[in-house]
Amino acid sequence: MHSPVRLLAWLAAVSMAVTSAACGGSASEESTGPKAAAAVTDPVDPATASAITGVVTLQGTPPPNPPINMSSDPYCMKLGSATTPVFVVSDNSGLENVFVYVKEGLGNLKFPVPSSPVVLDQKGCSYTPRVFGIQVGQSLDIVNSDETLHNIHALPTANREFNRGQALQGMKYATTFTTPEVMLPFKCDVHKWMNAWVGVLEHPFYAVSGKAGAFALAGLPPGNYTIEAWHEKLGAQTQQVTIGPKESRKISFVFKV
Amino acid sequence: MLHLFAMLVAATTGILIFAGGLVTSTESGLSVPDWPNTYGYFMFFFPLEKMVGGIRYEHTHRLIASAVGFLILVLAAWLWRAETRRWVRRLGYLALAAVITQGVLGGITVLWYLPDPISIAHASLAQIVFCLTMTIALATSPGWKRAYADNGSVPDDLVLQRVAVVTTGLIYLQIVVGATMRHTGAGLAIPDFPLMFGQLIPPHWDSKIAIHFAHRVGALIVSFAILATTGHVLYHHRSRSELRRTALLLLALLATQVTLGALTVLSKKEFIINSLHVVTGASVLVTSLVLTLRAHRARFTADIRRADASASADTSIGRLAGDHA
Repeated sequence: MHSPVRLLAWLAAVSMAVTSAACGGSASEESTGPKAAAAVTDPVDPATASAITGVVTLQGTPPPNPPINMSSDPYCMKLGSATTPVFVVSDNSGLENVFVYVKEGLGNLKFPVPSSPVVLDQKGCSYTPRVFGIQVGQSLDIVNSDETLHNIHALPTANREFNRGQALQGMKYATTFTTPEVMLPFKCDVHKWMNAWVGVLEHPFYAVSGKAGAFALAGLPPGNYTIEAWHEKLGAQTQQVTIGPKESRKISFVFKV
Repeated sequence: MLHLFAMLVAATTGILIFAGGLVTSTESGLSVPDWPNTYGYFMFFFPLEKMVGGIRYEHTHRLIASAVGFLILVLAAWLWRAETRRWVRRLGYLALAAVITQGVLGGITVLWYLPDPISIAHASLAQIVFCLTMTIALATSPGWKRAYADNGSVPDDLVLQRVAVVTTGLIYLQIVVGATMRHTGAGLAIPDFPLMFGQLIPPHWDSKIAIHFAHRVGALIVSFAILATTGHVLYHHRSRSELRRTALLLLALLATQVTLGALTVLSKKEFIINSLHVVTGASVLVTSLVLTLRAHRARFTADIRRADASASADTSIGRLAGDHA
């Protein structure tokens, strides 16, 4: 014979099972955060340090940057019309937001991890910076400066995936990466147009081309290097560069559209 | 009254499947990173003004899912209290277990960043929940119960029963392949329609093209199966209105579904069309299931006879007990 008491007991058991499953999942999200790196001294002798500088240029006329429809969020909509900054090109054809780094040539040298964090800001319903670099073990502080909520969703292939919600302005999430990965994308699933990329490296020799496409890799030990330049739409190019002690070499990358 | 409520539950389950289709079609599945909370809020207290961007789809899906879960709980309890047929009561319990499992799968797939097997299982189980609620709605309907009163006069058509079962099974398999295509991002792996890369057979292959191709071949097979079932009904059972009407509805849904499938590709997965394709597919499945159950209706008369016999035996025992008292 059925009774209401038995039914209630059964429902309570089911509810507890569901709740415990939910709580178990949430707890696993808390395992991130910067970890103390082992002390490493800089192996580069300042007396012989060299530099590679240069520019990245774009040959040809790029397609117009796609417009962003921000109508799905009134706060973002208030900021006005915008375009996705896929091609940021200066008057002299300099191409911005290209990640330039030493891909090969440093051997087994170990470099100290900077104590200062890299900051990725969600501001104006876009990521600032859009393209950046970080060292393995260095803290990445992800900040929400907007009066709307964002989720920050990392989509690595070599590191651990994460997806964190930041519902309030001023929220910060600190994390680190354990494995080199170029490039590791971020996206916001709330605002589809928000994308960013980070190059995770074991050394500090990286740069992002700025105004007029200029970049500089300073403090390099003399040696033979493979330098790679990566653009979110145009892919990657590499060059072989040899530099001697206290030498400064200029190189250039030319992307074509 | 119970039948009306069961119809409401089945209808909301269909709406839930459409809402789930919107989540996938807008790629909003991870726009709410936590579960069962929403951005740390208890889900029912999440502020409306914060429902922006992809959250509108994902959080709305969760709210509808909670409502459907509650409705199925009430339905199962109602059946437990009021339904005399054991198999119908059991369908209620099964629907409740399925919708709870479905909720947990939905949570897990969010917390684990949408792994394909979990997401595909979530999509496939949704169809089972829809089938269960629709079956309950059918079994509690006056039309279905009238068949018992016919006292076995409904003829058994073995051919129709077999072809209808096969058709329903094929439709379900086709939906599982479709869910696999959606969740592995193979929806536009073949970008043209009706040809494939301008040819009848794709000139090159990878896993996504193979899944997409399987879904198109599956559509052909399912279409033939539905034509066979409905053709049989319209030829041999034209006078049975409950079969004829279901068969005609199935044909109309098939035509709609094929059109939506083509438009999904041609519109490059426009999200409303894409989601309508999902819910129409589910509607094809449950309509075929209803046709199948109605084709088997004669078999259920034994069940009601047993129930009647049991009820009359209970009454006799009660009378005897009353006499002794």
